[in-house]
Amino acid sequence: MGPVLADNSIYRDVYSFFVGFMPHQLWWLAYLIAGLTIMVLLANAVLLNTAVFQWMERRLLGRFQVRFGPNRVGPFGLLQPFADLLKLLLKEDIVPEAADRFLFTLAPAVMAAPVFLVLAVVPFGKNSYLLDLNIGLLYIIAVGTLSTMVLFLAGWGSGNRYALFGATRAVAQLISYEVPMVLSLVGVLLLAGSLSLVQIVEAQRLPFLLLQPLGFFIFAVASIAEMNRGPFDLVEAESEIVAGYHTEYSGIRFGLLQLGEYAAASVPAAVIATVFLRGWANPFVPLGWPDVLPSHLWFFLKVFLVLFLFIWVRATVPRLRIDQVMGFAWKFLLPLALVNIFVTAIEVQLWRQPTTAQLWAMVLVNWVVAAVAVGGLSRAMERHRRRPTASVAPVPISVEVR
Amino acid sequence: MTPSLIALAFLAALALGGGLGVVISRNVVYAALFLLVSLGAVAGLYLLLLTEFLALVQVLIYGGAVVIVIVFALMLTRLQDFAKTRDHHQWPLGLAAALAVLGLLAATFVVFQPAVHPLQSTGIQELGNELFVRWALPFEIASLVLLVALIGALIISRADRGE
Amino acid sequence: MEDYLRQYGLLFLFTGVAIGIPASMLLVSRMAQLARMRPHKPSPVKAQLYECGMETIGGRWNQFNIRYYFYALLFLVFDVEAVFLYPWAVHFKKLGLFALVEMFVFLAILVIGFVYAWRKRALEWR
Repeated sequence: MGPVLADNSIYRDVYSFFVGFMPHQLWWLAYLIAGLTIMVLLANAVLLNTAVFQWMERRLLGRFQVRFGPNRVGPFGLLQPFADLLKLLLKEDIVPEAADRFLFTLAPAVMAAPVFLVLAVVPFGKNSYLLDLNIGLLYIIAVGTLSTMVLFLAGWGSGNRYALFGATRAVAQLISYEVPMVLSLVGVLLLAGSLSLVQIVEAQRLPFLLLQPLGFFIFAVASIAEMNRGPFDLVEAESEIVAGYHTEYSGIRFGLLQLGEYAAASVPAAVIATVFLRGWANPFVPLGWPDVLPSHLWFFLKVFLVLFLFIWVRATVPRLRIDQVMGFAWKFLLPLALVNIFVTAIEVQLWRQPTTAQLWAMVLVNWVVAAVAVGGLSRAMERHRRRPTASVAPVPISVEVR
Repeated sequence: MTPSLIALAFLAALALGGGLGVVISRNVVYAALFLLVSLGAVAGLYLLLLTEFLALVQVLIYGGAVVIVIVFALMLTRLQDFAKTRDHHQWPLGLAAALAVLGLLAATFVVFQPAVHPLQSTGIQELGNELFVRWALPFEIASLVLLVALIGALIISRADRGE
Repeated sequence: MEDYLRQYGLLFLFTGVAIGIPASMLLVSRMAQLARMRPHKPSPVKAQLYECGMETIGGRWNQFNIRYYFYALLFLVFDVEAVFLYPWAVHFKKLGLFALVEMFVFLAILVIGFVYAWRKRALEWR
């Protein structure tokens, strides 16, 4: 009569604890409490992760730029995100009269929702997850696509045409990078044979970072563009179109938009950690061997490694123009993703149940293909760019004067 | 009153309410939002039919892509009266058409009495087999349809530039 | 069936939590206004839209570039293609060479369209 709890250890512990002293008919209440426990854990983890990421980014960017980051509010400036939150809570709420009140309120409230929903299916430790959907990876893609609409509503709800313009550009950028992001995961699926994230972690005899270098590269770069951060942030850069879609938002509404943006960084980090870096397992030893660190710690280490990578890229690469951003998505990442699919499909067809030696052969082939593809394509693009697009007859610069 | 029946009632009401909202609302962006809600409710109905894959595809394609296409198409029209369009002169005709379709569907159910099968899960396992082995030719034709859509989009966007 | 519904019921509940947390922040800020901790001094200047400090000229945005529509349609086509690719990839080890060739044909047809768009310079911005 009770639920099938499979392997989820958190559910099992909390459920069995409560079912111990509850009347038999209320078993569903025990299940509900177990579910709520994980939800609260997850929500708190996400919010805390966002705060830590924001602190980490400001400190690290400072270090990259040879300055200190915030270091006055609390030891090492650790309380800075909380101070910012408190400040934003107490700022005046200015709603422009041309704004659509309903959408103006809805957009900040719903901005962070896709983040929570996606992280519900990611296993953040051994046998620790809120849900293990059979189609977990497709679910992540689907929920991620919904966030583009929320962004558009935020821009539209302001009533400001510059905000709308910025939001439209942002949506165009997001949907352009959605395609290579989705296609880059097909290689992983070919190797893993399942959409469930728990099974993908267990299918990684070698971390898929080694087996799918192109897939990792495309997914990581496309995620950075999806988050409107790093070198792809021209839709919200201060020197560009004022502040883009969040021009008119002030106070906590702005704070919630920023929360959504920083929280959204945790999603690709968690997905990359799970899909490419072997999730909660020790990436260096074969699966099943005893672990030196607890699984949750491994997971958070990997997530923070990926977040550090995102911050590093932001600090290093200069901002791209809008035509460069779009061209990069459609002309560079998409062909690379298709090449990845072709090569991986042929490999899996040849070696269906690969031995370890064959796996390492696959690693070698994939890295060579990745290097050749990226190098070759970028060289071809550069040669194409250098070629004059219009035929220009050489005109004499000066007429000989006698 | 099983939970699935409650869920069915809720989702059906949401889908119908969303559809009604699309037709009735004055603000075009609100209409797009109601459409999103209605399509999401349909995705929920697919979930109740134990086809998780189709539910997610519904959210992904309709909620993610089609609604964006619709909103962009709306923005291609003149924006002066964007928020205030209201063309309800044909509502009696629309109501008559909707009632006619409803009557037709209800009559079909009453006359033909389709058998009710117990729900079985259509996992992604059987889906793969069916789609790529049995229905391989329609699958290839689907790619041709997508190609035509691509070329069509190209022609539309270039015709406007006058190239 | 019950387990399945319970799973999605939890997801639904979690959606409520996910929307409730930011909504509660908005509520806290509103209560801070009632408790006089947050200022509320509306003025006509504040209610105006921001246009780099100038008065707003004209109505809303009129010239919407058709390029956006093309990108949205392109995204739709490739999204549907990805939807076909996912079950194929999951099943790939069980299906034979036939499925491999079949999918390659599918992708090749779409690649033809994509290359055509590229050559016709439809992928440029503006």
